[in-house]
Amino acid sequence: MPGFDSPAAAAVVLDKGGLDGLIAGLGAGGFRVIGPTVSGDAVVYDDITSVKDLPAGWGDEQQGGRYRLVKRQDGALFGYTAGAQGWKRHLYPPRQTLFTARRKDKGYEVLPPPPAPPPMAFIGVRACELAAMAVHDRVFGDKTAPEPGYQRRRAAAFVVAVECGQAGGTCFCASMGTGPEVTAGFDIKLVELPARGVFVATAGSSAGADMLARLKVAAATEADKAEAARRVAGARPAKIMDTAQARGLQAKAEHSRWDEVAKRCLTCGNCTMVCPTCFCSSVEDSTDLKGETSERTRTWDSCFSIDFSYIHGGAVRTQARSRYRQWITHKLSAWHDQFGGSGCVGCGRCITWCPVGIDITEEVAAIAASDQGR
Amino acid sequence: MNAHARNPAPADPMMPHPFRIERVRRELSDTFTMEMVPQSGGGFRFRPGQFNMLYVFGVGEIPISISGDPGDGAVLVHTTRAVGAVSQALDNLKAGDIVGVRGPFGSYWPVEQAFGHDLVFVAGGVGLAPLRPAIYQAMANRERFGKVVVLYGARTPADILFRKELEKWRGRFDMNVMVTVDRVAGKWNSDVGVVTNLVAKGGFDPLHATAFVCGPEVMMRYVALALEKRGVALSSVWLSMERNMKCGCGLCGHCQWGSDFVCKDGPVFRYDQIADRLSVREL
Repeated sequence: MPGFDSPAAAAVVLDKGGLDGLIAGLGAGGFRVIGPTVSGDAVVYDDITSVKDLPAGWGDEQQGGRYRLVKRQDGALFGYTAGAQGWKRHLYPPRQTLFTARRKDKGYEVLPPPPAPPPMAFIGVRACELAAMAVHDRVFGDKTAPEPGYQRRRAAAFVVAVECGQAGGTCFCASMGTGPEVTAGFDIKLVELPARGVFVATAGSSAGADMLARLKVAAATEADKAEAARRVAGARPAKIMDTAQARGLQAKAEHSRWDEVAKRCLTCGNCTMVCPTCFCSSVEDSTDLKGETSERTRTWDSCFSIDFSYIHGGAVRTQARSRYRQWITHKLSAWHDQFGGSGCVGCGRCITWCPVGIDITEEVAAIAASDQGR
Repeated sequence: MNAHARNPAPADPMMPHPFRIERVRRELSDTFTMEMVPQSGGGFRFRPGQFNMLYVFGVGEIPISISGDPGDGAVLVHTTRAVGAVSQALDNLKAGDIVGVRGPFGSYWPVEQAFGHDLVFVAGGVGLAPLRPAIYQAMANRERFGKVVVLYGARTPADILFRKELEKWRGRFDMNVMVTVDRVAGKWNSDVGVVTNLVAKGGFDPLHATAFVCGPEVMMRYVALALEKRGVALSSVWLSMERNMKCGCGLCGHCQWGSDFVCKDGPVFRYDQIADRLSVREL
């Protein structure tokens, strides 16, 4: 669906009824509509059917190792920052069946795959999350071995981006050049003006323009556009990541800070699970009890587990220092060489959801601060 | 180094293709060689040093290097040591059974780049298996090289892989084969010690030599240092790395190492491009 083909279209204004119409229209158009909703005291991206499902009046407070929903006075529908998990769990689900095979003679036959699930429409994608999708487009778009499941889900997805109205406590998109402004990669972009309960909407593709054309909208005035620009201007995060220092991590493999962070790191893997770009997976083959049918499943994996690096004779990375170093060095440094950019989009989830509040930006600064390494 | 130059990847890189086992040969107590052909007919083309993901129905999948002759596209040959669940399940298969194959994956021993040089193969243990296709290719182009030297180290005389073939090669006038063992059990009247010692003994012109090295990582590190000490250019030494792999095609992230995926940027690396990494513990 998204070719993101049409140039800057005219901005329009729609109210909450118009947004409801958008959600309903996407659902009627065959999309599984997924958007922010409150579940388990957090904003999660899950199935929605109307604006009633959105987290009206909820904001969030995020800091190292801490996440709390807090009530907002303005009734904003998108008043939170980054949801607990990104869109990765929809575009690259935590558990995917790759194929099912049945024993046949001395070998096996692969059974036809189940029909593909309906395309998804994402409501409320942040600038950093669009950047994360672009990162995965490169990771899963290798010329020699593209990942067909991701390609299919991604190509079919309809993306409604919503620009942030405030920065979170842990995010640093501006440092990574990924936000807070939404500039590309969407079918429709929304800027919420909570005081008036309306949205300034722009189409980023012909599919988005078609969708907007079917909704009850008003033309956006210069004042509306100016107000929208002020919203995102107020969303620049205070937290800074020095990207040059981050890229230099590869040359710091023997820095003493790795031992220091290893004393705090629980190697739980939370950071890799919430990271919107971490893509590592494991592949398992398992049979039914009779051993007649076998299924190959791909599950998310984490470089923080000991098994991750296991080769016959033992794991390569036995120590916490090695595993933390692997994660952050790959993401911030080696990723540039492998995929032409950083693997970090500055969403801050790894900081928020680290049980002990390890801050990736602080670790980079500490490692860069002294000229030791190797 | 385009791994897929000869065999374009299938539409779904995670889908194995069924191969029928034609013959199984026991090499050592825990090591066996399987010859297989595609169930749907046709052959299999690969370059020396490349590997396949081998799938045992319902059990799992592991990366195994190809040990056959790249000049023989009719049959696919794998030599495997049974050390884990999948390799042991492979060991239980017989002629006629079916194995799923994905591949070939990865970079290869650049045999052609060594034309005009002395060619030195240094192998440890089952590491001789991924080198054997390159040895075949070199011997098929024997006139293109100076000396062809095979230096092989095994734990004990009973652990010498492809022993008959090594003895046959040793009998040729155009090949120089030396074998050492870590410790002697039973009759052994040859070298004892690490394979690094054989590098020091030489028998090749270090200034015009290319070396292909395969074995445990620590062995490769010391062999590379020994070659360097003898004066072999770092850029003429190639090693085959091993890491955990779940996909073989750069999707699963398990073999990520420095700025490379061992599965597709390796497994064969030029030593000067990875020497820094080899000296970092647990990288």
